Amino acid sequence: MKNKPSLHVTQTNDGLSVTLQGNWVKEAVKALDLAFNALTCKPKTVYTFDLSGIREFDTHGIMLILHHIKKLEAHACVVSKTGASESLEKLLTICEQHYPEETIRLPHENFILTYLENVGKQMFEGYKTLSSFFAFTGELSHFVMAAFLKPFTIRLKATLYHIEQSGAGAIPIILLTSFLIGIVIAYQGATQLEKFGANIFIVEMVTISAVRELAPLLTAIVVAGRSASAYTAQIGVMKITDEVDAMSSMGFSPWSFLVLPRLFALIFSLPLLVFFADVISIFGGMVIATTKLDVSFVEFIDRIKETVALKHLVIGLIKAPIFGAIIATIGCFRGFQIDSSTESVGKYTTISVVNAIFWVIAIDAIISVLLTEMGL
Amino acid sequence: MKNHVVIEAKKIVTSFGKNVIHDGVSFKIQKEEIFGLLGGSGSGKTTLLREMIMLQRATDGQMLVLGTDVMQASSKMAQKLRQKWGVLFQFGALFTSLTILENITIAMREYTDLPDWIIEESALMKLSMVGLPPKVATMFPSELSGGMKKRAGLARALALDPKLLFLDEPTSGLDPQSARAFDELILTLRDTLGITVVMVTHDKDTMANVLDRFVILGNKKVLFEGNMELLKQTTNDELKKFLS
Repeated sequence: MKNKPSLHVTQTNDGLSVTLQGNWVKEAVKALDLAFNALTCKPKTVYTFDLSGIREFDTHGIMLILHHIKKLEAHACVVSKTGASESLEKLLTICEQHYPEETIRLPHENFILTYLENVGKQMFEGYKTLSSFFAFTGELSHFVMAAFLKPFTIRLKATLYHIEQSGAGAIPIILLTSFLIGIVIAYQGATQLEKFGANIFIVEMVTISAVRELAPLLTAIVVAGRSASAYTAQIGVMKITDEVDAMSSMGFSPWSFLVLPRLFALIFSLPLLVFFADVISIFGGMVIATTKLDVSFVEFIDRIKETVALKHLVIGLIKAPIFGAIIATIGCFRGFQIDSSTESVGKYTTISVVNAIFWVIAIDAIISVLLTEMGL
Repeated sequence: MKNHVVIEAKKIVTSFGKNVIHDGVSFKIQKEEIFGLLGGSGSGKTTLLREMIMLQRATDGQMLVLGTDVMQASSKMAQKLRQKWGVLFQFGALFTSLTILENITIAMREYTDLPDWIIEESALMKLSMVGLPPKVATMFPSELSGGMKKRAGLARALALDPKLLFLDEPTSGLDPQSARAFDELILTLRDTLGITVVMVTHDKDTMANVLDRFVILGNKKVLFEGNMELLKQTTNDELKKFLS
């Protein structure tokens, strides 16, 4: 039982003697703290701490001793220590030297003030983000212009790589979603049209809604989810590891190496993906038209040729590169906002996807209203 | 308990695919010793360190740390072992989402039943021991310089008063003055707390002032094991490079 930590207080001629024994290690600190607190402190007494019985010790045990010595000294007691072994003495000195004068206290917060401060911070953050986004797009358009004036400076290999990653890589998921969307429109339309015996109008319903609105929007949302996040994370991590700075210092502009390939890749591949989605979603509609409404594939295709104007397809395809530009711009912009912390990677990746999807839908709504008002 | 072996590597073989890093590396580390792992770049010093702390597995051989074979240890034993050592990574590897104080206290809160004030005060004390001012406590790692991060990382490694301390290039990236202060600190910690220190280092001064013994790795083997005096008598040209 020699190693069991304990402390005893005995009365001596000069004052009180505190004998410490056993292992003063972190596992014992909790119990010893209670033992210390049970001591009634007599002000202006002479205390002698006898440390000779201490066998093992660590900084936490010493911390406890020092803490209570300071407490006694605050009550105008005189405290001395005796009997410390050489190594204990050494560690004691170091711990005493580095004993924190005051604990860190977080300032008391008034919650109304904190709330107002947060509102202000948010507003200012928003303003800063907006102005830096304008700066970003401004600089981007400068480099896009420069790339158009000197097309051979465009990084073809990087662009092709991103076309493969963000374009070709998205084909399976786009195939699946657009096929399902075609089925959903046709299925819901079929039950309504059947009531009026207007079965053949399923063709206009599926084709126009798919090629003009749903296929471009859906494709853009899928690509935003896949690629905006990827661009933000890629550029952000490159920033954290100083790769972006390394590039700039070697004279490789991050614009032409990182941003433009991604931008051109999406502007180029989105129309292709949208056209692909158009075909698949019409096919999905055709499957339902045959099985539910007895409109055969041939009838369906003949009807498309007769009644569906080409403008719907063209409008859908014109929107695609615009969406591509939005997604790439937001993805890259948020990537450059990532700073040195790993947490901000997650934060800005999320923001980038949400922003990209929102702006795709918003721009789609604006274009939709404008064109319809113009009679197109 | 003097001359008690803390870590023993027996015929460690490490290979990544066809690329062989270690081919039969063996050495022993004694208690309360400051032991260095030296060697040129690519000689597998850091890999060896990572194998000791179970971040990586050797392909073959045996690695005994505090009497446990880390390659065979059950997850429960491994968890127990992890609380007995502290590790300082090359760039500090502080948790970026936590303040410095939280970084230091997290292990104490998780693994001990110490009262809060002790946790906080001893964290502040460790911070001061590694030479950082108390105002750093509430800051986040992103607000610190590289050298300060390293010191804060050491404070975190020391939080649980480990008996075994692993340091990956502790003085690289520090100015000479701080590097010597760091060396001093490691010596004092060893003398007072009886810590065994294993470090990967390139620093010539650290080699001469701090290390009790070291191994030099090269050609997939241990080229040399011993101390500075022994190294000075060498006639091997490969080893003489480490003396200058």
